[in-house]
Amino acid sequence: MSEVKKIATREGYGEALVELGAEYPNIVVLDADLAGSTKSGMFKKAYPDRFYNCGIAEGNMMSIAAGLAAAGMIPFASSFAMFAVGRAYEQIRNSIGYPRLNVKIGASHGGISVGEDGASHQCIEDISLMRSIPGMVVMCPADYVEAKACVRAAVKYDGPVYMRFGRAPVPVVFPEDYKFEIGKGNVLREGKDVSIITNGLCVAASLEAAEMLAKDGIDAEVINMCTVKPLDEELVVKTAAKTGKVVTAEEHSIIGGLGSAVAECLAEKCPTKLYRIGIRDVFGESGPMNELLHKYLLDGEGVYKQVKAFVEG
Amino acid sequence: MNISELKKTANQVRKDIVTATFYAKAGHPGGSLSSAEIFTYLYSEEMNIGPAKTDDPDRDRFVLSKGHTCPGLYGIMAELGYFDREELKTFRHVGARLQGHPSMRNLPGIDMSTGSLGQGISCAVGMALAAKITGKTYRVYTLLGDGEIEEGQVWEAAMFAGAKKLDNLCVIVDNNNLQIDGPIDEVNSPYPIDKKFEAFNFHVINVADGHDFAQLAAAFAEARTIKGQPTAIICKTIKGKGVSFMENNAGWHGKAPNAEEYKIAMADLERIGEAL
Repeated sequence: MSEVKKIATREGYGEALVELGAEYPNIVVLDADLAGSTKSGMFKKAYPDRFYNCGIAEGNMMSIAAGLAAAGMIPFASSFAMFAVGRAYEQIRNSIGYPRLNVKIGASHGGISVGEDGASHQCIEDISLMRSIPGMVVMCPADYVEAKACVRAAVKYDGPVYMRFGRAPVPVVFPEDYKFEIGKGNVLREGKDVSIITNGLCVAASLEAAEMLAKDGIDAEVINMCTVKPLDEELVVKTAAKTGKVVTAEEHSIIGGLGSAVAECLAEKCPTKLYRIGIRDVFGESGPMNELLHKYLLDGEGVYKQVKAFVEG
Repeated sequence: MNISELKKTANQVRKDIVTATFYAKAGHPGGSLSSAEIFTYLYSEEMNIGPAKTDDPDRDRFVLSKGHTCPGLYGIMAELGYFDREELKTFRHVGARLQGHPSMRNLPGIDMSTGSLGQGISCAVGMALAAKITGKTYRVYTLLGDGEIEEGQVWEAAMFAGAKKLDNLCVIVDNNNLQIDGPIDEVNSPYPIDKKFEAFNFHVINVADGHDFAQLAAAFAEARTIKGQPTAIICKTIKGKGVSFMENNAGWHGKAPNAEEYKIAMADLERIGEAL
């Protein structure tokens, strides 16, 4: 897919904030000394009077966001996924989630594609933690186009939203006129032998894997599931009933993320053979992104091998 | 300001605290009683707030950062007619609007859900910041415990408020000197409290007796005159104030009176009331 245009989803976050800042005078953007990296700095440049740097104090930032929302603003709180969610989990839970305040959390640098910084900065638990908070919407866009659409949808939605963005440039999968809806997955490739339900950078990898599987005579259906919560259970059940075999693929721990959400749904509504592709209960490590994705079987080849073994096993 | 009336109101709030925790068979009377005059002054005299304007965007805001002392907040809210005083007896019961810690989604008039210590002050900072961004003139008040300020987040919030010159923010510390495990200077001393807030670019006012309405009135009046920096009002108080067996006793931080203790406590407060 070398000819495909690649842009990081965090770029979509920054650009969408700038666009929406003009439409919504009550949008306020906060960051915790990572504005250049999270791309909230793009908003700062456009609207310096509505951008506040909270310094390296993520817990305080989340509660400040709650106070801003309680006073009628639409705050976006930005940091790396590790610190936005890991450091400030309880502030998100108690200051934002419990009172159901209209705070949007834009977390960049999710997953192991952070690369060289290593395990301390590679958050593989954020989706799990955010999914468990009552009322929290959780999204993990696949590309730049979907990232922008997520941010726009989050502003229109009244309530707390968690959005995970990535550091690394990833292939653009969706057309510019892509219609996104919170809570709706979409079939990117029809198939009859196995369903791959995926999000984030694993979407492009899964599409690549599906092409490789086709050469082996395995017809894979690929479903983009950007919204992990609320999960599009109707689509999950529909594809499971159609193919009888489901694989989830995500750049996240297999514990608590998309794989768990799909497993919970299927166990209750349509028991189906399932395999979860993701980080298998280990921490990441330093290294170039592509080498890490290869080692942890999250690139096209890794997804292909695991799906093939599952289908043939 | 009618100090005699305020004293009577504070005494009624104390009765409400004892009653609510007695009927709940749970709750935090000690730190609620130490804040009775602070609640009373804020709601009766200081803040532009009331049951008719719980959604007024221009109202002042109050965040009870030490959320466990909500029996005192509920007491003054009942006094001002936010709800019927009888409802205090539902405190902490299943389905009650008067949750064990304040919940803005359950009870109109609560400006922020609190309970996890250290977070309320940051939420208050966010509200003060919103006023600055939108050009509104409301003020934001937040009440903290002296044990609560051991939380690091309090100082993250103070750093931000000082750096951003939020002069519409008034932080009040109820310095009753006791937390659950004992005297605050024995647990993990936050002293000197005033110098810490000064170092974070606050204007600091020490109130020698946080149960004296004249001293509270002077402090809040001074806070209103301060421009370019937030204010911290450090109030020396007595934990359990007004109930003989609860005064200066950390054991009454989070324990409800039993039937016999309830009688004694209410008799104590009746005597105080009669003397007013």
